Amino acid sequence: MSEILVLVDHVDGSVRKTTAELLTLARRLGEPSAVFFGSQIDAARDALKHYGAERVYVLDSADLSDYLVAPKAEALAQLVEAQQPAAVLIPSNAEGKEIAGRLSIKTGSGLITDAVDVQPRDGGVTTTQSVFAGDYTVTASVTKGTPIVTVKPNAVTPEPAEGSAAERTVDVDVSDAAKTARIVERRPREATGRPELNEAAIVVAGGRGTSGDFATVEAFADALGAAVGASRAAVDAGWYPHAYQVGQTGKTVSPQLYVAAGISGAIQHRAGMQTSRTIVAINKDAESPIFELVDFGVVGDLHSVLKSATEQALARKR
Amino acid sequence: MKIVVCVKYVPDATADRKFNADNTVDRVGVQGMLSELDEYAVEEALKIRDGDESGDAQVVVLTMGPADARAAILKSLQMGADSGVHIVDDAIHGSDSVGSSLLLAKAVERQGADIVLCGMASTDGSMSVIPAMLAERLGVPQVTFASEVTVDGNTVRVRRDGDAATEVIEASTPLVLSVTDQSNEPRYPSFKGIMAAKKKPVEEITLADLGVAAGDVGLEAAWTKVEAYAERPPRSAGAIVTDEDGTGANQLVEFLAAQKFV
Repeated sequence: MSEILVLVDHVDGSVRKTTAELLTLARRLGEPSAVFFGSQIDAARDALKHYGAERVYVLDSADLSDYLVAPKAEALAQLVEAQQPAAVLIPSNAEGKEIAGRLSIKTGSGLITDAVDVQPRDGGVTTTQSVFAGDYTVTASVTKGTPIVTVKPNAVTPEPAEGSAAERTVDVDVSDAAKTARIVERRPREATGRPELNEAAIVVAGGRGTSGDFATVEAFADALGAAVGASRAAVDAGWYPHAYQVGQTGKTVSPQLYVAAGISGAIQHRAGMQTSRTIVAINKDAESPIFELVDFGVVGDLHSVLKSATEQALARKR
Repeated sequence: MKIVVCVKYVPDATADRKFNADNTVDRVGVQGMLSELDEYAVEEALKIRDGDESGDAQVVVLTMGPADARAAILKSLQMGADSGVHIVDDAIHGSDSVGSSLLLAKAVERQGADIVLCGMASTDGSMSVIPAMLAERLGVPQVTFASEVTVDGNTVRVRRDGDAATEVIEASTPLVLSVTDQSNEPRYPSFKGIMAAKKKPVEEITLADLGVAAGDVGLEAAWTKVEAYAERPPRSAGAIVTDEDGTGANQLVEFLAAQKFV
């Protein structure tokens, strides 16, 4: 069977859910091989095996971690040249997309970003993307080289399947030309204890209507085991960090349930959440465009509604 | 110092965006504009120019696209950029990111640039790959998704807020820099700026000027193919209740319970 390379997304060896999703997709297309950058493979091995990696390529070098993007793209291109895989799947985050862009040019291969589905076809792949703020769905294929596809979180439900995870350490040979944008400082983001925003099954987001008080939003999120998001208005006002922004210039989320509290629903926000399965909104303005999207809406004060809903949700858990 | 800002003319996101019969984005029949996210790139370029001590720094705005795309250059000139370059040629219609990055790289090489500046993404395709592809093609450092930029002589230092960490990245010019919407607050064109823009030079160039063959770009040369598009079915209207005396919360929790979320 043909080999499919999957670039592993991990934090210090802790494999992200998106990697399990990519391995699950890769099994539709061929035999998944995980590509692991970094030194913490010991922490990642079981997860990769558990989701069906037949091979694991380990690339560990300070050159990969000390400089931005270019060395990783170069190392991945060398692996693609050596292995001639049938496709390369990469997580659709900022770094993943940039690696994919450079890999596309280096290997003379077509690139599709932000796929929400990948299917095999005629020895190649066909992808589905959600475009124009989720207003349209597009199917596309790669017509030249090795298909390179970046895949959004929640594209598929991860399905476990034991792989043999045969491990091979790959020598890393990075050119001086790729070592020019040096990472001089790295500050890990503080853990919140909540699920990752773009991986969460439930997202509770607050906007201008919170007036800067996110306590009720966070309490409701915690009652549901949800991630917390924020609209651009709330982020621009300095009420919540940019890392939690949902929308065109923040994260695009597609959870099972999206709760918009005090968010009007401008196009910039809709672009980031419109494909959520179930949408709920609480807003004091009955004319807010967000209500055009909702499965259930409450016109009212978000703080009092969420406070009471939090108590009831917790009571039902007991 | 010369700063070349790559900007894109995109369909207005608040309009009803459409596709052409050949599955490309309709850039003519829908009201277009300078991509909102490119305004941050223009603003950053102006800040760098105005902070440059040599006094001879200049900002050149580069775009590609149909005749109407000139509007994206004009807006940038109104904000304060010095001149524009417009790649306009029927053969570029339907270019994918690979073809677009080739044309932009050739145009940058023709101009010569110390800093190539881009926005974090376009508001239509939203791929976010052009800056990385430009750096790859030009063989220069890539410092991208910058939320804060400091230029000191030929050293550029940026803050990049990633998913897992915030990184500080440093590189020397010439380089490709992309900025996020957190990097600055784009200025509105002043009346003076609008008047001055009318006199600023805009050069129109074709594939021949760039030494690119028509067969190397455009829809037929693309390495990807959009096979079909479909409008997403409108969401069916849900129930909307008005909260009276706490009943809103009860109904909300009932709804969530019925869906097994609580």
